[in-house]
Amino acid sequence: MSAPSPNAHVSVSGLRVTVGGGAAIVDDVGFEIARGEVLALIGESGSGKTTIALAMLGYARAGCRIAGGRVQVGDTDVLGLSAAGLADLRGRRVAYIPQSAAAAFNPAQRLMTQVTESARIHGLLDRAAAERKAVGLFRALALPDPEGVGERFPHQVSGGQLQRITAAMALITDPDLVILDEPTTALDVTTQIEVLRAFRTVVRELHTTAIYVSHDLAVVAQMADRIIVLKGGRMQEEAPTQRLLDAPAHPYTRELLAAFAPSPRRMEAPVAAPALLEVNGLVAGYGPQARDGAPMVPVLHDVGFAIPAGSVLGVIGESGCGKSTLARVIAGLLPAARGTVKLRGENLPARVADRSRDQLRRVQIVFQSADTALNPARTVRHILARPLKFYHGLDGDAARRRVDALLDMVRLPATLADRPPGALSGGQKQRVNFARALAAEPELILCDEVTSALDAVVGAAVLDLLAELKRELGLSYLFISHDLSTVRAICDQVLILYFGHRMEYAQSGAMLQRPMHPYSDLLIASVPELRTGWLDSVGPTREATPSRHRTACVFFPRCPVSIAGLCDTTPPPPRPLSKGAEILCHRDEASLLAVQDAMKEMP
Amino acid sequence: MNAAMLRLIALRLALGALTLFIVAALVFTATELLPGDVAEALLGQSATPAAVAGLRAALHLDQPSWWRFCLWLGGLLGGDPGVSLVNRLPVVVLIGNRLPNSLKLASITASVTVPLALLLGITTAMWRGSRYDRMVGMAIIGIVSVPEFLIASLAVLVFAVKLRWLPALAFRAGPQDFWAMMRLLAIPVGTLALVGIGQMSRMTRAALVTVLESSYVEMARLKGAGPLRIVLIHALPNALGPIVNAIALSTSFLLGGVIIVETIFNYPGLAKLMVDAVSTRDLPLVQACAMLFCAAYLALVLVADVVAILSNPRLRQR
Repeated sequence: MSAPSPNAHVSVSGLRVTVGGGAAIVDDVGFEIARGEVLALIGESGSGKTTIALAMLGYARAGCRIAGGRVQVGDTDVLGLSAAGLADLRGRRVAYIPQSAAAAFNPAQRLMTQVTESARIHGLLDRAAAERKAVGLFRALALPDPEGVGERFPHQVSGGQLQRITAAMALITDPDLVILDEPTTALDVTTQIEVLRAFRTVVRELHTTAIYVSHDLAVVAQMADRIIVLKGGRMQEEAPTQRLLDAPAHPYTRELLAAFAPSPRRMEAPVAAPALLEVNGLVAGYGPQARDGAPMVPVLHDVGFAIPAGSVLGVIGESGCGKSTLARVIAGLLPAARGTVKLRGENLPARVADRSRDQLRRVQIVFQSADTALNPARTVRHILARPLKFYHGLDGDAARRRVDALLDMVRLPATLADRPPGALSGGQKQRVNFARALAAEPELILCDEVTSALDAVVGAAVLDLLAELKRELGLSYLFISHDLSTVRAICDQVLILYFGHRMEYAQSGAMLQRPMHPYSDLLIASVPELRTGWLDSVGPTREATPSRHRTACVFFPRCPVSIAGLCDTTPPPPRPLSKGAEILCHRDEASLLAVQDAMKEMP
Repeated sequence: MNAAMLRLIALRLALGALTLFIVAALVFTATELLPGDVAEALLGQSATPAAVAGLRAALHLDQPSWWRFCLWLGGLLGGDPGVSLVNRLPVVVLIGNRLPNSLKLASITASVTVPLALLLGITTAMWRGSRYDRMVGMAIIGIVSVPEFLIASLAVLVFAVKLRWLPALAFRAGPQDFWAMMRLLAIPVGTLALVGIGQMSRMTRAALVTVLESSYVEMARLKGAGPLRIVLIHALPNALGPIVNAIALSTSFLLGGVIIVETIFNYPGLAKLMVDAVSTRDLPLVQACAMLFCAAYLALVLVADVVAILSNPRLRQR
């Protein structure tokens, strides 16, 4: 390691962090950051990026230990500090912005108390001055109601706003270094844009020195001046952002860049395949039912679609749009208030308890988190043998052979069968989760965000598996995701939900084709692109708020091309488009095309 | 305190009343099932059949049991749980004599137990995994697994008999000053406190450890908060729900379940009154004591639930 250059504001050398037995999870990491520079640490889970970032605060999570190296912030040797010295450094000179704001705020305290806490702990400002400064930061972060938001409790504020408030909490003490630990990973793409924009504005205005930790190259490209690529706790490549994107030197960097745009795994579905699943006029929700049968808190409004046998329907939308509820209704876990679900023309009873065993067998569901869906106390064999016994009465040797065959089907070695799920990796667990659904020999599998919790490379492999199984077994999927590129990679048709309304229903190939529903346009434009300057080129996304009037178009408050006097009073009609899609919109095809082309022209 | 909160408390009170009614029916049925006849038991073996029949009529024992249940329930609601079958004194008077003693023992024990248990629970949670935590944990599990009567007898043997520091009896009639009373109650209170501290401090520790491992506590640490601030300001308010429930359970046990201690120290409390009533088949007294214990238990649990709800802004503010 070279000697720190004189203008380095933060300098790290030979950093080594070990776990329990002494194995290094971070080894020989060194870098420098100039004042006002933003450095990104990028890598997949387990690459050590968060561990390195936390070491800047002299902090290691339970079970980890900073075993060696040097971290210097300004003229302070962080790793040499006493406990009192560390408490003095944290929050005042080095501040931390966590991944999940919802978990990082104390649920029992008002936001203002928590935002001003570090200023008060370190005795920098009195309460009134700290609160004035916090309101100023809320305003700079473009939070609605900057004066009043501090009086609320964390559960009363939306996820995107909460994440912006964490930035105010970090910046209240004018720290020398700010650590941003995946601060937008848990957010919807549309929300992410506003949060990124707010972060970048304050970082630039206050000339903050920052470390930005992320797994998402496209996000990092908007924020960072320089990028370090990590794998297995070691640095693979370090380069200025533009150069890393244009001319990646390290093979692993090239692999990451390649995983960014998943290749299509679609094949043209047989054109005239009969509908396997037909859903019509579905209305469902939570809470007690009103007299007209509508639920108190409606989640799905008049949703209908058909899945031809052997094809994949993608369902996309932001969190809270009713995607998972749709899967639960089809599976019978949440009885629909109105509407029908037909499987090969045969009506499925609304409640799972009223369905026959054969009906249950034919529709299986795979949940997002294999960690919670698989019983941690059972072996993989036991987990897979249960549906075999329940649906097919298989026992003993027959069941044993079938379990081995199922594992082979999801490309797992049979030797894993006698392990509990806890002894498997994330990708392996998701494959077992999938094998459990396959054990029933279903016709339709409802996949609820099955790749969302996985790293890009592992998720891509699971997508490959889904595509192969579909081809081999003639399966159909209802594929729920918030990630547009994943949906495009695997789905034949796409359904876009917004607050439980079917905004657009299109062939997957036609989804990117204009004209499209204004909401589809917003979603597509919000997906980060792998180029610097993308963030400046997208328009405002606004927060998702349902319209106040019951008869208005649900997208009206957020729609950039709404027609006042029409969209806010009358429900939009279903409108077929010539590209083979149907949208809910007042604007006709020509007028949509005109406004959308005009908007793309704008700088 | 908003409307939703008041509605919840009203609902809980109504449910409590229903529970009490069910308990009343159960207690009444159970006492009906006790073998033997009260009138025969009262009059002894030399009683003439005529005398027994007369007494049965006087005690309404010749009436059907559902009618006696209604009579009893009506009396209970009117504040008159009846008259003792054994010594013809009103049950209210009997309980009124004993209740202050029980309340005194319970409140002194609680005021020793709760702060000590919180202190132990908080410190072991703060230094979890340390030698201190393991030692306290082992000591507590050791004490909880020893039966109360053994602890009480050993304490009497050591402090009263061998060392002669403290009296072996817990009650002396007549007025006395505060310190004399403390000396009298030291061993029973100590015995009860040992068990209570064990349960409460373990519950406090468990609730706190869960919260101390949350992201927001890590966040507070990364803001530079010291250990005391983290525990008292960030962790404790979020662990309050389970802690107050543990306190309520231990305290309700102090009101009704201290029979062993009351017997060993010959302390005239409610538990002893009830056990004596069972052995003499004094049914009105047994029933009244059971209802009292049940009501106290329900009240404590209700208070604990309300505190837990008030400490959680998600439930407090809709």
